[in-house]
Amino acid sequence: MGIIEAAKLVFEYKKYNEEGQVEDTVRAVDGVDLDVKKGDFIAILGHNGSGKSTLAKHINAILLPTEGTLYVDGKDTKDPENLWTVRETAGMVFQNPDNQIIGSVVDEDVGFGPENMGVPTEEIWQRVEESLRSVGMWEYRNSSPNKLSGGQKQRVAIAGVMAMHPKCIVLDEPTAMLDPNGRKEVIRAVRALNQVEEITIILITHYMEEVIYADKVIVMDEGKVVMQGTPREIFSQVDTLKHYRLDVPQVTLLAYELKKAGLHLPDGILSIKELVDCLCQLKSNS
Amino acid sequence: MSIKIEQLSHIYGEGNAFERKALDNISLEIPDGQFIGIIGHTGSGKSTLIQHLNGLLRGTSGKIYYNKEDIYQEGYNMKNLRSKVGLVFQYPEYQLFEIDVFTDVCFGPKNLGLSKEEIEERAREALTLVGLGEEFYKKSPFELSGGEKRRVAIAGILAMHPEVVVLDEPTAGLDPKGRDEILDQIASLHEKQKITVILVSHSMEDVAKYVERLIVMSKGRILFDDTPREVFRHYKELEKVGLAAPQVTYAVRGLEEQGFDIETDVTTVMEARDAILEAMKKPVRRKA
Amino acid sequence: MIRDITIGQYYPVDSPIHRLDPRVKLLGTLLFIISLFLFRSFLVYVVAAVFLAGVIRASKVPFRFMVKGLKAVFLLLMITVVFNLFLTPGTTLIQIWRLRITVEGVRQAVFMAIRLSFLIVGSSVMTLTTTPNHLTDGLEKGLGFLNKVHVPVHDVAMMMSIALRFIPILLEETDKIMKAQQARGADFDSGNLIQKAKSMVPLLVPLFISAFRRANDLAMAMEARGYRGGEGRTKMKPLVYKKQDKAAYLILLIYLAAMIVVGRTAPF
Repeated sequence: MGIIEAAKLVFEYKKYNEEGQVEDTVRAVDGVDLDVKKGDFIAILGHNGSGKSTLAKHINAILLPTEGTLYVDGKDTKDPENLWTVRETAGMVFQNPDNQIIGSVVDEDVGFGPENMGVPTEEIWQRVEESLRSVGMWEYRNSSPNKLSGGQKQRVAIAGVMAMHPKCIVLDEPTAMLDPNGRKEVIRAVRALNQVEEITIILITHYMEEVIYADKVIVMDEGKVVMQGTPREIFSQVDTLKHYRLDVPQVTLLAYELKKAGLHLPDGILSIKELVDCLCQLKSNS
Repeated sequence: MSIKIEQLSHIYGEGNAFERKALDNISLEIPDGQFIGIIGHTGSGKSTLIQHLNGLLRGTSGKIYYNKEDIYQEGYNMKNLRSKVGLVFQYPEYQLFEIDVFTDVCFGPKNLGLSKEEIEERAREALTLVGLGEEFYKKSPFELSGGEKRRVAIAGILAMHPEVVVLDEPTAGLDPKGRDEILDQIASLHEKQKITVILVSHSMEDVAKYVERLIVMSKGRILFDDTPREVFRHYKELEKVGLAAPQVTYAVRGLEEQGFDIETDVTTVMEARDAILEAMKKPVRRKA
Repeated sequence: MIRDITIGQYYPVDSPIHRLDPRVKLLGTLLFIISLFLFRSFLVYVVAAVFLAGVIRASKVPFRFMVKGLKAVFLLLMITVVFNLFLTPGTTLIQIWRLRITVEGVRQAVFMAIRLSFLIVGSSVMTLTTTPNHLTDGLEKGLGFLNKVHVPVHDVAMMMSIALRFIPILLEETDKIMKAQQARGADFDSGNLIQKAKSMVPLLVPLFISAFRRANDLAMAMEARGYRGGEGRTKMKPLVYKKQDKAAYLILLIYLAAMIVVGRTAPF
């Protein structure tokens, strides 16, 4: 059994008009099936309002399914008894770095999760050190979060989740508010967690360059999963992605344009090196 | 309506423990009708610089001339300057406050003391420019999508009839389609309204596609000020200050290193495509 | 101007004062403030000044930074001084038209100025050397006995610490929104009181909306990290009195004793 298993997951919320009557029911997640294996790196793409964030919040039991079921490490999120176990199993990192840091000093913030779990004091310190080291923020343990850059703040937030020793981390557009360097820092930290600590990662983003390292990419639109596959499989479908208001990395687009112009290139080229190698091969064959 | 900056410096927190030189002796001329990109990583001084252009920040030293008039002279009409140099901040949707979209866009022209007809006329025109039709007028700004909110905010500035529009990271946080839509809209504004546009961005790919002049900032100074093509030739120096050229520039450089006889001055996907197609026809250069 | 408010800001250096138990600092600040109002004698203030200077020195926070807090309340300070100067009855010193400055008034004004500045600098020492979390920890533990009478001490303490953390963020935000509206021609400075109040609407509405959005986000982030109130929670930095805290209490006692002795015996 996978670490996250969703079956026919539906989430609806009601819109109220000014008199407080139900005006409309919105289906934000619409019949999603999901099976994530332990240790996977999953990326979820989708335009703003496609339901990807709503789905993510289910994994942490912040939202509960209207219909269907969601199991996190074998625990039904709907069962109130599982609430805290689920939240300890699946940690969550949000978009705005300022709005998720609770402590006024970096180490106090990282200790917040373990404190809530009732971890003994000495072990909290161990966990805080481990987690801050794993995201490369140990030197900043005594700093005020307000003095850090966006990328650093997000790494602190990730460390805060790490310290709870989760099996899975869900990151809801962690790089949307960062500059390119901050984005790189965060993605590097996330990849390290996946590869070194073998934590299952679910990364929600709309930066295409960030998903090329994923084991599997899921594309959502109007609450439904509309595409699924390896990054290469997904990015070889340039037109379909554009239809869903998405994009491909620039080099993938270049390869696609070259292919349209008649060059025999494989589908879904993801890196500059790959493109250069393919073109070299083509050249020497001709 | 040109802007001229002479030896402008700005020091934050002068004299205390957190003193930081945000702008260091900047000189710059912005003639009429240009489409300019300003790029630099966080803390390079680009946001500080643009806040000087409409007088929101005052330089610690140096001078700024708008239309040859010194904006720091006694009695200069700052309010007028702010309507001429429209500044759209990062995440501008957070400044929306009125009951509906139309009223919010009216806020700027209302502050200029125009007649009611003129105000509404301008609001209507500005909303049309950003592609928001009448069905949006009576909506609350808070029920719109992220991209729509942002367009309302931009319309709020356009309604003041600026001669220069400065946009700080207008695409931050939008999805890819939303990014393209906003940038296309800005490009068409520049085209149709003939106004000067200054686009502050993190994305080399974006600026390469749209601007005619690119200013690269680092540590409060101007590192490069040229056409994108020229600037990206210095991709190695850009990397040293934490920036990079667009991906396609690296692709053609990579091919050149492999012995391809290829035009390396490319900045967009289409240019790169043509250069590669051309190079595929030519014989391979012997590697040195 | 808003940025000059130092109360609630933490100055991150390592010093003996920083390492003190927050309960010591809380009680110390309270006693220090009380001691300022107990006696009316210049010598007493010399003792207080020496004590305060010693503490500031030990805290390693630059003196300039401490005094910055005074700037923000300078107006308040001036008003108090002026009121005391002109409104205290007694022997006339100078009379200009109907304004009378008395010897007692001068004395009173100087006392008030000293008291208020010492009070503000003294409390800044506490907030500058104690992280808000630590401070609320101190309050939570120091006032823990109130739990027995069903006062939700933990929750109040948590709210306080969060409020303190968000002060700098909201100040920055205020600055940003203000500039954004100024870029749209808003004028926050001129006009009469009513016009000024009205001109605040474009600032306050976005600010409130943003504060609510942040509160909502934060609540979600806290829940996601397993926060469920004070029950069953452990502490990363539990409060235990150490040697230095006992020493600090002793110094505090000596200070109070000195104040009382000097206050009782000082001739002026």
